[in-house]
Amino acid sequence: MLEIKNLHVKLEDEDKQILKGVDLTVPAGEVHAIMGPNGSGKSTLSYVLSGRDGYEVTEGEASLDGESLLEMEPEERAAAGLFLAFQYPVEIPGVGNMTFLRTAVNAQRKARGEEELSSAEFLKLIRQKAATLKIDSEMLKRPVNVGFSGGEKKRNEILQMAMLEPRMCILDETDSGLDVDAMRLVAEGVNALRSPDRAFLVITHYQRLLDHIKPDVVHIMADGRIVRTGGPELALEVEQNGYGDLLAEVG
Amino acid sequence: MMADTAVLAAQVPAVEGKARPGDAALAARLEALDLPRGGFTRSAREDAAQRLHAMGLPGARDEYWRYTDPAPFNAARPQPVELAADATTLFTGIERLNIVFMDGRFDAAASDALEAEGVQIESLAAADAKTDHWAAGLYGRLEASGQVPVKRPFAVLNTLAAAEGVLIRVTGKPSRPVHITYRRSAADADVCLHHVVKLEDGAELTLLETGSIGARSNVVIETDLGQGARFHHISAKRANDPKLGLGHIFVRVAAEALFKSFTLTVNGLMMRNEAVIEIAGDDAVAHIAAAVLGDGDIGRFHHDDTVFITHAAERCESRQVFKKVLKNGAEGVFQGKILVKPGAQKTDGYQISQGLLLDEGSQFLAKPELEIYADDVKCSHGSTTGALDETALFYLRSRGVPKERAIVLLVLSFLADALDEIEDQRLRDDILGRLEDWLTARAGNPGKA
Ligand SMILES: Nc1ncnc2c1ncn2[C@@H]1O[C@H](COP(=O)(O)OP(=O)(O)O)[C@@H](O)[C@H]1O
Ligand SMILES: [Mg+2]
Repeated sequence: MLEIKNLHVKLEDEDKQILKGVDLTVPAGEVHAIMGPNGSGKSTLSYVLSGRDGYEVTEGEASLDGESLLEMEPEERAAAGLFLAFQYPVEIPGVGNMTFLRTAVNAQRKARGEEELSSAEFLKLIRQKAATLKIDSEMLKRPVNVGFSGGEKKRNEILQMAMLEPRMCILDETDSGLDVDAMRLVAEGVNALRSPDRAFLVITHYQRLLDHIKPDVVHIMADGRIVRTGGPELALEVEQNGYGDLLAEVG
Repeated sequence: MMADTAVLAAQVPAVEGKARPGDAALAARLEALDLPRGGFTRSAREDAAQRLHAMGLPGARDEYWRYTDPAPFNAARPQPVELAADATTLFTGIERLNIVFMDGRFDAAASDALEAEGVQIESLAAADAKTDHWAAGLYGRLEASGQVPVKRPFAVLNTLAAAEGVLIRVTGKPSRPVHITYRRSAADADVCLHHVVKLEDGAELTLLETGSIGARSNVVIETDLGQGARFHHISAKRANDPKLGLGHIFVRVAAEALFKSFTLTVNGLMMRNEAVIEIAGDDAVAHIAAAVLGDGDIGRFHHDDTVFITHAAERCESRQVFKKVLKNGAEGVFQGKILVKPGAQKTDGYQISQGLLLDEGSQFLAKPELEIYADDVKCSHGSTTGALDETALFYLRSRGVPKERAIVLLVLSFLADALDEIEDQRLRDDILGRLEDWLTARAGNPGKA
C-alpha cells in the first residue's frame, strides 16, 4: 500500500539533509512500527509523506497504492486515504471541533465524488465514535484542541482518524504524554480500525504502545535511514538494551 | 441656508496675528456645508464653531493623525464614488424597529413608525425645530467633554454641521432592537449625522447600524448610560463600499451600567473610528471590539481604530478587542489608550489588537498606551502582527480541508475573540454567516498574493 524508495529529504531553507535514503514498504492489512532515537527523522518522514511545506525531496519517491504522493497537495493526499496523527496536535481557537470534523469529512467525500453527509448522519456517526473514545459532547463543541489535556488531544486525533476512515494511517508518537488508561483507549481506537485493506505506520520512541498495538513489522530508524527491520521481538530488544547496542552493531 | 452660515461665521473670533496654514482649508470646508442654525442645539453649535476655529483641522504633523492622513477628510468635497449593487442584507430575520436614512436624510416613508414601548425616537431634523429638548444637555456636550486631552476636530465639525440624526431616549426595555439602515443614491453624497442615545437608569437597548452612509461620512454618536443601563451596539456597514468614513462614539457610563460595541468592516477606502469612553460610575463595564477585513485590491484600504477609555470609578472593567485581516497592501491602524484616574481602584482594563497579514505588502500599525494613576489595578495590553499560522494551515489541509477553505477557517479563528463580544447569539450568527459568505466568495479570488 505505502511504498517509499530511497527517499532523501533536506530542509528547504537550510543545507541540512535529514532523510538519507529511506526504503520502506507497508502492505495493506499490516501494522508497521518505526522506532528510533530522538532526531533520527521519524517526524520528518511523516510530514514529508503528508505534504508539509519546508522540506525538499532531493531523491527517491513515495507512493500510495501506486500513485505518487509527492506531487499532491496535502488535502489530495488526505482524500487519497492518507492520515497523520500529529505528535503535537494543533490548537485552533474559535473553530469548533465538530465544525472542523464535519468540514474535513465532507471535503474528503466531495473530493472523492461521494455524497456529503447530512447534519443528522454526521451527528449520529460522531456521537457513536466519540463515545468509544470517551470523548464527551462538551469536548466536541469546544474549539479544536483548545484547553484539551495532552491525552484529550491524542484521543481527538484518533477520533478524527475514526471519522475520516483513511486507509493508510500514520501515528507520530501518539503515546507520548499519555497515562496508562489513555494509552489503552487510544490503542483500542486504533485496533478497532485494523482491517485487511488498511495499514498503519506507528512511530514511537518506546515499546510500551506496541504492547497494545501489536505490530507485524518493526523498523529502527537512525540518522535518516532505516537501519534494521525485524519482527515484534526487535521492539523488545530496544526496550531491554536501548538503542546504543543496536546502532553500534549497525555501525 | 447661506444666511445660517453667515450667522455662525460671524461668531468666529478674529484670528490674531498671522493666518495659520489650515485656516483656508477650514474656511473652504465650512463654505461647502449648509450649516443649520439649530433650535435646541443652537448653543452647542455656536460653541462648536468657536472650538473648531480655535483648534483648526488636523494636519499631517498632528501626533494623533500620525498613521492616518486627514487630507481626504479635510477636503471641501469628496470624490464621487460608484456604489456596488447592494446584495447582502443583515438582521432581516430579527424583529426590529427600522429607521432609514437616504443620502444622509431621515426617510420617514421608508422607516417604521417611531414608536415602541419604553423608547422615544425622533429625527434630529424634526426635533431641532424645538428650542427645548431632553437631548439639549447631551448634543455636542459629550463630544465637547471628549476633547480632552486629545482634540477631535471632525467631531466638533459634526456638532456644528449635522442637521440630521436620531435622538433616542430609552426608559424601559424595548423588545426590538433599533436598526438604522443607511442608503445612498448619490455618488458624491457627503453626509454628516449626529445621533444621541440616552438610556435612563435600568434601561436596555440594542442599536444596529447597517448600509452605506455616503461617499464620505462623518457620524457622531453620543451615548449616555444611566445607572444599571445596558447598551449593545452593533455596526456592520455595507461590504466593499468604496467610502471615506469617519466615526466618533462618545460614551458616558454610569454605575453598574454596561456598554458593548462591535463593528464589522469589510473593505472600503479610508475609515477612522474613534471611541471615547468615560466610565464614570462604580462597577460598570465597557467593551469595544472590531473585526476588520481589508483587501487593497478592491480599493485602497486604510482602517484606523482610535480608542480612549477613561476609568474614573472603582471596580470597573473595560475590554478592547481589535482584529484586522489585511491583504494586497491594505493598512490597519490601532491607537488605544486606557487612562486610569486617581482613585479608580480595582480597575480591570484589557486591550488586545492584532493584525493578520495575508501578504507582505500589507501592514498593521499599533500604538497601545496605558496611563495609570491608581495603585490597585489590573491592566494589560497586547498587540501582535503576524501571518497565517503555517502549522495550523497544514493541520487542516492534512485532514482534507482544501487550502482556500482552511484559510477561511483560520481567518474566522483569528476573528473569533472579537465576534465573541456580540452577546446576542442571533446577531452573532448573522454576522458570522455574512463574514463566512464573504470570505468564501473572496477565497476564489485571493488577489495578487
Ligand atoms: N523544520 C525544521 N527546522 C530545523 N530542523 C529540523 C526541522 N525539521 C526537522 N529538523 C531536524 O531534523 C532532525 C530530525 O528531526 P525529527 O524528524 O523531528 O526527528 P524525530 O521525530 O525522529 O525525533 C532533527 O535534527 C531536527 O532538529
Ligand atoms: Mg518526532
